[in-house]
Amino acid sequence: MLRYFFKRLTSLIVSLAIASLVIFLVVEVAPGDPASYMLGINAQPDTVAALRAELGLDVPKWQRFLAWAGGMVTGDFGTSYTYRTSVSQMVADRLWVSLPLALYALTLSTLIAFPAGIYAAARRGKAGDLAVMGATQLGVAIPNFWFAMMLVLVFAINLRWFNAGGFPGWEGGLLPGLKALTLPAIALALPQAAILARVMRSSLLDILGEDFMRTARAKGLSYRQALWKHGVRNALIPVLTIIGLQFSFLLAGAIIIEQVFYLPGLGRLIFQSIGQRDLIVVESVVMLLVFAVIVVNFLVDLAYAIVDPRLRARA
Amino acid sequence: MTVFSDPKYPGEREGQSPSHRSDRANDPKPLLDIQNLSVAIHGKPILKGISLTIGMGEIVAITGESGSGKSMTALATIGLLPHGSDASGCLSCNQDDLLTLTEPQLCKLRGNEIGMVFQEPMTALNPVQSIGDQVAETILIHTNTPRAEAFKRAAEVLTRVGLPQDRFPLSRYPHELSGGQRQRVVIAMAIALRPKLLIADEPTTALDVTTQAQILDLLQKLVREDGMGLMMITHDLAVVSDMADRIVVMRHGEIVEQGPTRALFANMQHPYTRALFEASRHQAALEDKPGGSALLEVRSACRDYRTPRKTLFGPQGSFRAVDDVSFTINKGERVGLVGESGCGKSTLTRAILGLEPLQSGAILLDGQPVFTHGNTNLDVRRKMQVVFQDPYGSFNPRHKVERLITEPFHLLPDPPIGTKRREAVAEALTAVGLHPDDAGKYIHAFSGGQRQRIAIARALIIRPELIVFDEAVSALDVRVRAQILDLMADLSRDYGLTYLFISHDLSVVRSITDKVMVMESGRIIEQGPTASVFDNPSEWYTKSLLEAAPTLPPATGGGDHAADPTL
Repeated sequence: MLRYFFKRLTSLIVSLAIASLVIFLVVEVAPGDPASYMLGINAQPDTVAALRAELGLDVPKWQRFLAWAGGMVTGDFGTSYTYRTSVSQMVADRLWVSLPLALYALTLSTLIAFPAGIYAAARRGKAGDLAVMGATQLGVAIPNFWFAMMLVLVFAINLRWFNAGGFPGWEGGLLPGLKALTLPAIALALPQAAILARVMRSSLLDILGEDFMRTARAKGLSYRQALWKHGVRNALIPVLTIIGLQFSFLLAGAIIIEQVFYLPGLGRLIFQSIGQRDLIVVESVVMLLVFAVIVVNFLVDLAYAIVDPRLRARA
Repeated sequence: MTVFSDPKYPGEREGQSPSHRSDRANDPKPLLDIQNLSVAIHGKPILKGISLTIGMGEIVAITGESGSGKSMTALATIGLLPHGSDASGCLSCNQDDLLTLTEPQLCKLRGNEIGMVFQEPMTALNPVQSIGDQVAETILIHTNTPRAEAFKRAAEVLTRVGLPQDRFPLSRYPHELSGGQRQRVVIAMAIALRPKLLIADEPTTALDVTTQAQILDLLQKLVREDGMGLMMITHDLAVVSDMADRIVVMRHGEIVEQGPTRALFANMQHPYTRALFEASRHQAALEDKPGGSALLEVRSACRDYRTPRKTLFGPQGSFRAVDDVSFTINKGERVGLVGESGCGKSTLTRAILGLEPLQSGAILLDGQPVFTHGNTNLDVRRKMQVVFQDPYGSFNPRHKVERLITEPFHLLPDPPIGTKRREAVAEALTAVGLHPDDAGKYIHAFSGGQRQRIAIARALIIRPELIVFDEAVSALDVRVRAQILDLMADLSRDYGLTYLFISHDLSVVRSITDKVMVMESGRIIEQGPTASVFDNPSEWYTKSLLEAAPTLPPATGGGDHAADPTL
């Protein structure tokens, strides 16, 4: 197990190094001058030159890469050109919204998807299965911004259970923060849950056809016991893969939902930065997201090994 | 083992001859009593009014070909028929009428009163649970035993089936065990609560001969010790001939004949029984052929595989799967290669076909290397073809037979086209006993034996100099196997075929080869003319293989042996 851990960790570090190089190359070395791009086509040459000096573009590229990567490691992401504040601070503020939101949505989606998927698999072809499958079809098909607006109409405007948008911050305590994130988390979780439930169902159905399920029945386990005791854990591998992908998506892909609920999240930050051509912020946030994806994959790999002893042995 | 020394029920003990025990069949209250059992799945009849009994301590073998209903009989007995099944008749075990029990009642019975062992030990265990968990589960779900006690008993049961705790602790996972060891775990789960009836569905079919002999011994010992009744399902009459008290022969969902083993073998009444018996011991008529010049030369071939690093930055280990193997196959020779799984047979085959490089040594066909410059040598490759084991998995189901069997044409520099191509297809199909019109059909329209004929047609179509048969008849029923062996003998005569026949089944190798090589741990330890190696093996390992191989009693069947045209 320890060897598996270190092997995965090595792969994580190597992936990060390669990713940082690629992002640097794409943003800074791609054709065109970042300074003139950031300032737009009508910029004065002296303004561009000043920005070039400010951005450190006048030193060799490898030095810039080292400075940038070194800054990333130490938490210094540079200064935003548009906002004139530290990028690390901006990102940290946004992360306090996006990370809890992603975790909240993921928890909801898992809590919905697992029972739904297992239930559908256990009743394959019967009415319960058809109902769950129909619901997941809807879940995948409904655009989540529309669903978000329906949630606002019903729970914020009519019932007045929640605020229609905005985020009070965590200073006021855990509950108000969570409350503000509830509707967005539900809106985000619904399509994810629908996908996850379908994956859970099909993965479990594959497992139900395995020989060891028949062995379990021959031991005297009922269909349901065999499903829970022998089926679910074996069905988890593909489900974990999807959960990992979904978390990465939720962290950065919530732009539309953040817009609908006026949440100051990472998605909005990157959207605004691209609009304002603030390459420093874009670069940092992209790197941060890549970091998150790689770390999540690492965690998923560890989860695989916990679930499946064969993977521990194979490392 | 002394743990289970007190018998739960008064079964019979060791030392009794099968003929004594078979009197149990007339016992007024047999353990399992099946009367007029019929099963239909979605309206299609699968079992048609079968009746049989199994007494305590009695071993009853149910035999027949695929589709005969033998596995369905087992599944009906344990109440695990597939969805959509409809069973009628009477099926009583130990006074319970199984067909009238509710599902929860059946759950109480399964694993407790009736245990079952399945065919495929590699997949019969849950890969993510330790063997201790899986054996203890049987005890935990049926009794109120505390967890610690259940694990202690699981350890005892595992020891009893030959997996002692010092070498096979409860924490082992299935992937850490061999096929034979896994089958022992499955048996441990089935007998943990000492059921009255044990059902074994082809328990040794997927195992090597020596492992098969050990598992059969184990089953026999457990049945005798516990006085269990054993329903043993097998397609191989030889496996049960010296073990079963009674034999039941099934065909198309019906019992055609049953009786005490010795009496049944001595006087086979039904032509189907005789046909099965004959096919099991079938000898293909190989004509003597003078060996020609050397065709395939394997010189000191070594093939290494890399094994995972022991430490993170440690050196990679290597495993020598083929170790200094040398032999020659002359033109027209029919050579067998036998050995247990993991001995390097398949690795050697891949090297001969030029699919993998050697680490040292050389393999030459007609004097040319089969593997050059990191690639298969296509000039040589077109002189060799291979027929694989699984007639179901080795064809693309979306292609028609014509396309399937003309696939080797891409090896030729100028493949035949138009009429010539159609003629080649028709000739290849005719050669293997099929009709030229079959070229337009899809593979699903054919039975297993017909598919294997198509596989041979595919190998023949470019007139190779050497055909490698890799376990090519292992998945077939005995009668189909006999036909395919005859076909090989015919082709050998008509086309002057040279072949290498790889198999774990010694009786088949004996019937179809002139020369045999025995492989163990990557080395060829013995080779020579088939008859002399089989009759006078010089190596201990060869002897042990031959001794472990099940054999049929000498033919003494009654009635005439004319083939039944309806078969």
